[in-house]
Amino acid sequence: MDKLKLIIKREFVAKVRNKTFIVMTFLSPLLMVGMIALVAILTKSSLEKKHTIAYVDASNMFAINDFKNDDKTIEYKNISATDKETAKRLTQEGEYYGLLYIPNDTKIDELAKNIQFFSEDSPNMVVLESIERTLKDKLQTLKRKELGIDVKLLENSKVNVSIKLLNYSGERTSKLINGLKMAFGIGAGYLLMMFIIIYGNMVMRSVIEEKTSRIIEVIISSVKPFQLMLGKVIGTASAGLLQFFIWSIVLSIIMVIASAIFGVEMSTNVPLHSTPEQMELVKNAMGSEIEILVTEIWKLPLGLMFFMFFFYFLGGYLLYSSIYAAIGAAVDNETDTQQFMMPVILPLMLGVYIGFSSVIGDPHGTIATVFSMIPLTSPIVMLMRIPFGVPWWQLVVSMSLLIVTFVGVIWLAAKIYRVGILMYGKKPSYKELYKWLKY
Amino acid sequence: MELGLVPFKKCIFEKIKNLMNNLLVVKNIVKNYGDYTALNDVSISVPKGSIFGLLGPNGAGKTSLIRIINQITMPDSGLVTLDGEPLNQSHILQIGYLPEERGLYKSMKVGEQALYLAQLKGMSKKEAKKQLDYWFEKFDISDWWNKKVQELSKGMAQKVQFIVTVMHKPKLLIFDEPFSGFDPINANLIKDEILQLRDEGATVIFSTHRMESVEELCEHIALIDKSNKILDGKLSDIKRDFKSNTYKVALKTVEKEKVKRQISEKFEVSPTQMNVLDDELTLKIKIKNTETSNDLLNFLTSKATVSHFAEVIPNANEIFIQAVKKNTQNG
Repeated sequence: MDKLKLIIKREFVAKVRNKTFIVMTFLSPLLMVGMIALVAILTKSSLEKKHTIAYVDASNMFAINDFKNDDKTIEYKNISATDKETAKRLTQEGEYYGLLYIPNDTKIDELAKNIQFFSEDSPNMVVLESIERTLKDKLQTLKRKELGIDVKLLENSKVNVSIKLLNYSGERTSKLINGLKMAFGIGAGYLLMMFIIIYGNMVMRSVIEEKTSRIIEVIISSVKPFQLMLGKVIGTASAGLLQFFIWSIVLSIIMVIASAIFGVEMSTNVPLHSTPEQMELVKNAMGSEIEILVTEIWKLPLGLMFFMFFFYFLGGYLLYSSIYAAIGAAVDNETDTQQFMMPVILPLMLGVYIGFSSVIGDPHGTIATVFSMIPLTSPIVMLMRIPFGVPWWQLVVSMSLLIVTFVGVIWLAAKIYRVGILMYGKKPSYKELYKWLKY
Repeated sequence: MELGLVPFKKCIFEKIKNLMNNLLVVKNIVKNYGDYTALNDVSISVPKGSIFGLLGPNGAGKTSLIRIINQITMPDSGLVTLDGEPLNQSHILQIGYLPEERGLYKSMKVGEQALYLAQLKGMSKKEAKKQLDYWFEKFDISDWWNKKVQELSKGMAQKVQFIVTVMHKPKLLIFDEPFSGFDPINANLIKDEILQLRDEGATVIFSTHRMESVEELCEHIALIDKSNKILDGKLSDIKRDFKSNTYKVALKTVEKEKVKRQISEKFEVSPTQMNVLDDELTLKIKIKNTETSNDLLNFLTSKATVSHFAEVIPNANEIFIQAVKKNTQNG
C-alpha cells in the first residue's frame, strides 16, 4: 500500500511538474475564451457592416418609408429617377452593394416574381433575406388592401398559444428544465469522453516512456506490475482532476470578468420594436419561469446525480485508462499504438453519438436503454440519461455490469501489461496479445 | 557394511552443509511462455559470499531465470529458496538487481529518483538519504544530485544505476552485464566495488558474455543453453574436467622434421604458435590418460632441449564454446 502511494505521488508530481502540463493548464482556458471572443468579434463586425443598396422603383408602389426598417446593416438609396441600364452602370461604378430593380407591373403577384437584384458577387444570404422581407411586407399589405382585407382586423385576429406545463399533482413545470437536463447530460458525457481521451493517452505515453527509458525492469523488481499500473492510472487521474479544477476556476474568473465588461452591452440589446408592455410581459413570464425552474432544479435527484456522476466518471475512466495502459505496454513507441486505438475510440464515439442522438430525443428509448447497459458505452450514455430519471433496476444492472467488466478488463490489461512491459522489438498482433494472456 | 556406510554418511553431511552454505537454491524450475519452454528443469545453488557466474548464449534462458529470482515472473513449477525460505515479497528488500535492460526516468532529478527507487525497495526516506549520501560521496558525484538524468552521460547514468542497485545493502546482488557502458577505468572501479561488496558478505550472481571477467571474478559458474542447465560447479573443478591432457612445448633442435616425426609416432601432435626467442619447434602434444606429464617430459628431453613446457588449461571462453557445441550436437 505504501508502495502504491509512492507510485501515485511520483506519477502525480511528474505530470504536474511537466512544463507542457503547466502551460496547458493556464493557457488553454485563455485560448478557448480567446477563440470564442475572436469568433464573436468577427461575426459581429461582419454583421455590423453597412450595405448600401440602390433601388429603382419603376412600379411606383413603394414609398421611401417602406424601405426604412430596423435593420441597421442595410441602407437603401432611391435612384428611381434613372432608367435600369443607367442605374446598373451607376451602381457598378459607385460604392454600392447592389441594385434592386422593381419593374413596372400593376399586378402584385406578377411583380413579386419579377423583382431583380444586380450585384458584383453573389449576395449575402442575410442581406437578401432582409430585402425579401421588406418587399414582402409591403406587397402583402398592398395585396390585402386589394382584396379588401382590413389590416387592423387581421392584426387583431392573431392568437399566440403558449402551453403551460403541469405535472399530475398540478404543479407547474418549466420548459427550460428539459434543456437544463440535456445540458447536464451532454456536459457530463462530453467531459467524461474528453477526460478519458486526454488522460488515458497520458497514461499510455507514461507507460511507453518507462519502456523506452528501460527503467521498467528496475521498477518491477521492487513492485508488482499491477501496483505500478494502478499507481500510474490513479496518479494521472489526480493530475487530470487538478487540471480540470484549475480550468473551471480560471474559466469562471474569465466569465465573471467578461460579463462585467460585456454585460452592460448585452442588457441594452433588447429588441427595439418591442413595446414597453410587451417587454413587461416577457419579463414577468421569464421571472415566473425562472422561479419554477429553480424549484424544479431542487426537485431533481441532485444527490443521486452527483453520486452517479462520480461513479460513472471514475468507472469509465479506470476502465478505459487500464486499456490504454495495456496498449502502452504492448508497443515500443507511440506510432505503433494506432492499430490498438480503434477498439478504444469506437465505443467512446458511439457513446457520445448515441447520447447526442437518441438520449436527447428519447431518453428512455430502446437504443438509449441498451447502450446505457453495455459497459463500454454505459458511463457516457447513462450519465446523459440520469437527469431524466432512470428506473432503479436499470441503474443496478448497468452499474453491476460496469463493475464486473471493470474488474475483468483490469485483470486482462494487467496481464498484457505484465508481459508487454518486458517485451521489446516487434509490434505485437492481436493474436500475440491473446497468447500473452495465457503466460 | 562399514565401508558402504561411510560414503552415505558423507553424502548426507555434504547435503546439510550445502543447505547451510547456499544463500540461493533454485530447484527444478520450469517456465513456459506459451508453447516455448524458457527454462526446463533448471537447478542451481549459489554459495553464500561467493561470486556466481550465470553464463549462456543469447536467448538461453538466463534472463528468465533472473526474473524468476526477482519475482518479476513466477515459475510454472519448481522452488526458489533464499536463505532457506521460499521466495516471498519480503525478499525484495534483500535482493539488488541490475538488469541488462536498464535505465532511469530521464526527466527526473538524480537524487529524487534514487530516493524514490530506494523507497520502492522498502527503505525509509531518512535511511535512503543517508546511504545515498555515502555512495554519492564515495563515487564523488554529490554535485549530480539536482541534475536531471538526461543531462548525464551514459557512463554517469550507469554509476547512478549501480548505486541504486546496491544502496539497500542486499544479501543477494544480481548483475546482468554490469560493465556495459563503462570505460575501462570506471569498469575497474565497479569491479572493485563488487569485490568489496562480496568481502562484506554479499552474494553476487553475475551474468555476462565477457569471459575474461568471469575468469577474473567468479568462483562458481552455471552454464545454461537452450533452456537447460548443461554445466555447473566450481570454476576450478570444471577446468579440471575440461582439460584435455594437452601440453604446449618448445624444443631446441636442428633436426626439426625428424624430432617431430619421432614424437608423433608416440603421441598425438598438432602445430601451435608460441612466443619463443630462438627458432624453436613449437608443438601441442596430447597424452593418454594413462600417461603423466613426466612420461612426456622424459621422452622429450631424450630427443631435444626443452625450452618451454606448459599444460594447456582451458579458459572460461573455451569451456563455454565446447560445452555449448557439445549440447548442440547432442540436442
